[in-house]
Amino acid sequence: MSGVDRLNVPEFERPIVELEMKIEGMRMDLATAIGERKASIETDISEFEKDLKKLMESVFGNLDPWDRVQLSRHPNRPLVTDYINVLIDDFQELKGDRAYKDDAAIVCGFGTFEGNKVMVMGHRKGRTLKERLECNFGCAHPEGYRKALRKMKLAEKLNLPIISFINTPGAYPGIEAEERGQSQAIAENIREMSGLRVPIITLTIGEGGSGGALGIGVGDRYLIMENAYYSVISPEGCAAILWHDAKKASDAARVLRLTPNDLIELGIMDEIVPEPFGGAHRDPRKAYEFVRQYLLKHLAELMAIPVEQLMDQRYKKLRGMGKYIEVAA
Amino acid sequence: MRWALSRKRGAPDGLWMKCPSCEAMVYRKVVEEGLHTCPECQFHFRISAAERVDHLLDADSFEPLFEELESIDPLGFKGKKSYKEKLKKAQEATGHREAALFGTGKIAGKQVVFGIIDPNFIMGSMGSVVGEKIARGAEHAYDHKLPLIIVSGSGGGARMEEGILSLFQMAKTSAAIKRLQDAGGIYIAVLTNATMGGSMASWAALGDITIAEPQALLGFAGPRVISQTVRQELPPGFQTSEFLVEHGFLDQICHRKELRQRLVSMLRYTCADMPVAEKPQQKRHTAKIAKTNKVQAGT
Repeated sequence: MSGVDRLNVPEFERPIVELEMKIEGMRMDLATAIGERKASIETDISEFEKDLKKLMESVFGNLDPWDRVQLSRHPNRPLVTDYINVLIDDFQELKGDRAYKDDAAIVCGFGTFEGNKVMVMGHRKGRTLKERLECNFGCAHPEGYRKALRKMKLAEKLNLPIISFINTPGAYPGIEAEERGQSQAIAENIREMSGLRVPIITLTIGEGGSGGALGIGVGDRYLIMENAYYSVISPEGCAAILWHDAKKASDAARVLRLTPNDLIELGIMDEIVPEPFGGAHRDPRKAYEFVRQYLLKHLAELMAIPVEQLMDQRYKKLRGMGKYIEVAA
Repeated sequence: MRWALSRKRGAPDGLWMKCPSCEAMVYRKVVEEGLHTCPECQFHFRISAAERVDHLLDADSFEPLFEELESIDPLGFKGKKSYKEKLKKAQEATGHREAALFGTGKIAGKQVVFGIIDPNFIMGSMGSVVGEKIARGAEHAYDHKLPLIIVSGSGGGARMEEGILSLFQMAKTSAAIKRLQDAGGIYIAVLTNATMGGSMASWAALGDITIAEPQALLGFAGPRVISQTVRQELPPGFQTSEFLVEHGFLDQICHRKELRQRLVSMLRYTCADMPVAEKPQQKRHTAKIAKTNKVQAGT
């Protein structure tokens, strides 16, 4: 991972990375060492590796909700563009909303996934600072949602299933975003996605930030990766409202019940896509492979369902969302 | 509990009152005659759901629906106050079980499905019950081929205390509205102060016709969040009804005093079984002169 600041990781992961770097340093020493010194370094390395294993188990084996939020935002975590590069053949990007501009915060295009022609879309966060600025850190404007809708309608016309990768802190809260109808754009996407006559798989790969996520996030299957979250409000925003202190985000992350397990229990998400131990960024290849398997399984299932039945199931799933009681009036 | 429209309202009594917007001292009776609007600056005061029903529906025509729905605390949510306490307090203050009131009623004799999202109940925020009532309201309109009218005062957007369940009410309500609209059904959205966030970014924005009361705060992100994000002061009038109509997101702004009549007109154009408007006597004579002046400027 050249060019990446390896210590730019969440607090809880830092001791692990430090230990890993130490072991790497020792290995470099080992390459030039001979005799007794070599044997002593070898012993040290094996001791340190045992420590590392223990440390990783204690840290990654006990992730609390806030840790998972931090992993979902991890600077080295695979992004939609990585999944497209690895999993999608012959990707043909389709830009622009034909009304105002192209919003880089959402990427759309034709793609071939395991021999199936599909429409791919997702929130684009960017890796380098330049990219991040271009993509507005994954916060889309109305034109981004309108672009996505336009491409989804094209997919419907061509009978292409849609795969949507969710990863946004939220739709952009800005003056121009309001002027151009942020709420209108999101509302129309949500409404139209509820009725698009092609299979739609949504996979939350990082942050499922509120309405901005849902704007390309309605479908037939709701998948979420093990270290992703989905929430009505950011933990920081929630903490600011509850306790007037954004630093209490870890407490807010707990009360919001935003982890994949919670989301399944609450009847929103359908399935969790596993990640390599410690998070997708620690072994991206393994992460891509998991995503490939799960997407393929769900895509095959959905493509076998007649469209009327698909529409019926999608509506029923949405109608069943929510928890309340019915008492005597 | 026998259902009854609660008339609870927080306003203290007195002959004179201060307008919270322009701060003018105004005669309470005049405010009330203006359906709780300021005679000086036209600020629209917050009113109860019962008053809204009185203003808009034919007398005694309202028949409530889905009153059996009650919120639970699905997350076990605890901030400074627990969600359960918050709900109880809102129920006591308004006399209603939830922020959404739905039913059937008549407007100039035309049967409609009528819903109110009451800003007096946890800022009219949308949890599972509010979402369910909107969806059932749309389905009732679909089943009985009736127009749907929702008057929203949902400044709270998606209700934080129900977490992800609130968020996905956006999808549930929008799907039900789409089904109604795809079948030729009509949905008229009336937006009042305030309608924001998850509500504005779903059902509230999806009307075939959208009308707002003047000076209502309508938008996606809250003004404070925006000014903190962009680190600049927001332009005057930002996210008001007037701002939205200027940017093309509303059909009309309508003063509360004219709202009922405006709905009657809209129902005439959207419902085949409504009679056409009668031609007023005086217009017959002035029709030729008034031709160039037909489209009203402003509101």
